[in-house]
Amino acid sequence: MTKVVVLLDFWLSPFGMRVRVALAEKGVEYEYREEDLGNKSQLLLQMNPVHKKIPVLIHNGKPICESLVIVQYIDETWKNKAPLLPSDPYQRAEARFWGDYIDKQIYSCGRRLWTTKGEEQEAAKKELIECFKVLEEHLGDRTYFGGDNLGFVDVALIPFYSWFYAFETCGNFKMEEWCPKIVSWAKTCMQRESVSKSLVDPLKVCHDFVLPRRKTLGLD
Amino acid sequence: MAEEGVKLYGFWLSPFSRRVELALKIKGVEYEYIEEDLQNKSPELLQYNPIHKKVPVLIHNGKVIVESQVILEYIDETWKENPIMPQDPYERAIARFWAKFIDEKFFPSFRKAILGGETEVEKVIEETKENLKILEKVLEGKNFFGGERIGFVDIVANTIAYWVFLFQEAAEKEILTEEFPILCNWKDKYINHNIIKETLPPKDKSVSFFRARFAQSKASS
Repeated sequence: MTKVVVLLDFWLSPFGMRVRVALAEKGVEYEYREEDLGNKSQLLLQMNPVHKKIPVLIHNGKPICESLVIVQYIDETWKNKAPLLPSDPYQRAEARFWGDYIDKQIYSCGRRLWTTKGEEQEAAKKELIECFKVLEEHLGDRTYFGGDNLGFVDVALIPFYSWFYAFETCGNFKMEEWCPKIVSWAKTCMQRESVSKSLVDPLKVCHDFVLPRRKTLGLD
Repeated sequence: MAEEGVKLYGFWLSPFSRRVELALKIKGVEYEYIEEDLQNKSPELLQYNPIHKKVPVLIHNGKVIVESQVILEYIDETWKENPIMPQDPYERAIARFWAKFIDEKFFPSFRKAILGGETEVEKVIEETKENLKILEKVLEGKNFFGGERIGFVDIVANTIAYWVFLFQEAAEKEILTEEFPILCNWKDKYINHNIIKETLPPKDKSVSFFRARFAQSKASS
């Protein structure tokens, strides 16, 4: 390992994308290493023996795991630029609450949507839309969840924008119809280089991964 | 003297609300405690935590904070004496990692293993023991997870130190045994710690409650 900061990741992981966005916001140079999740590297197994999952940030040889733990670490370590968490304890608590909400609700509903069919899929789709509506209400009239600037909650949520097209295709709906403010928020985020360079092409997520996987699972 | 407007909505047997009480006691913060009947939640609770409808809920100067680990960090950042989190960013990341592991991996696997009724209960018991081995290693050579003194992870680990044993007694089944000497040693120090012991619900009442609850769920499954 020659670089001081190394990121073990997988191209379409929303959790990995969070870390990419955070590092880009802070202007941190790092080495990106793509993991083959069907054949995990020795380094990954050594650096995250408990979960054996990506993303893993390795800083000066020391591993940090769990995406929102990593994002907070990045925020606290490179603190001279682009603060992601606010300085007020109450606002920080609010941001952590929503980060946790996104972790617990968005990922699992989304996953159920693309890995099931019929009634189960319909239910997952309804739940996912509900969760995004809750987030939309919380966003209100703000540009970002972080206010005038991209913040912790924006970083936690924006990677799922790469997955919207896959969700829409699988669930036969349009996010824009149900949660227009979320879609416009996402487009605003995408105007930032830190986001546009970190997220992956939604068409690739759908056509190169989700739809073939559904076929393999016998869902389509 | 009670701190201006600190209120905690909790449940006597919830390890999550007991954690918040522990943190407030460590910081010497006085608060008003409101006991919730979880079978009959108050309108206030539903208003303050409409998304999860759960305890604990902390109110401070009219501001509402929910989710026990979020509340713990809020308390630590608001009242700076007797710090709960480490200072160093890397140590903080490690603390948050283990706290997440305890709540999201260990305790759910332990609950499944104790309640049984799973078609592959042996597998779940094995998984729980693996998680315990991992936690033993984390504690090795330390007085507490936080080092010399109790810290964030110890507070979150109240489930391991006390609720695990309540469940075990109620279910008449043991998973965390002397097979894990480091954890057992830590647990003995923990439950006898002068501040912590005031936050632990009474054993007999707790065991009876869980016994009845387990019998009820067996009957309905």
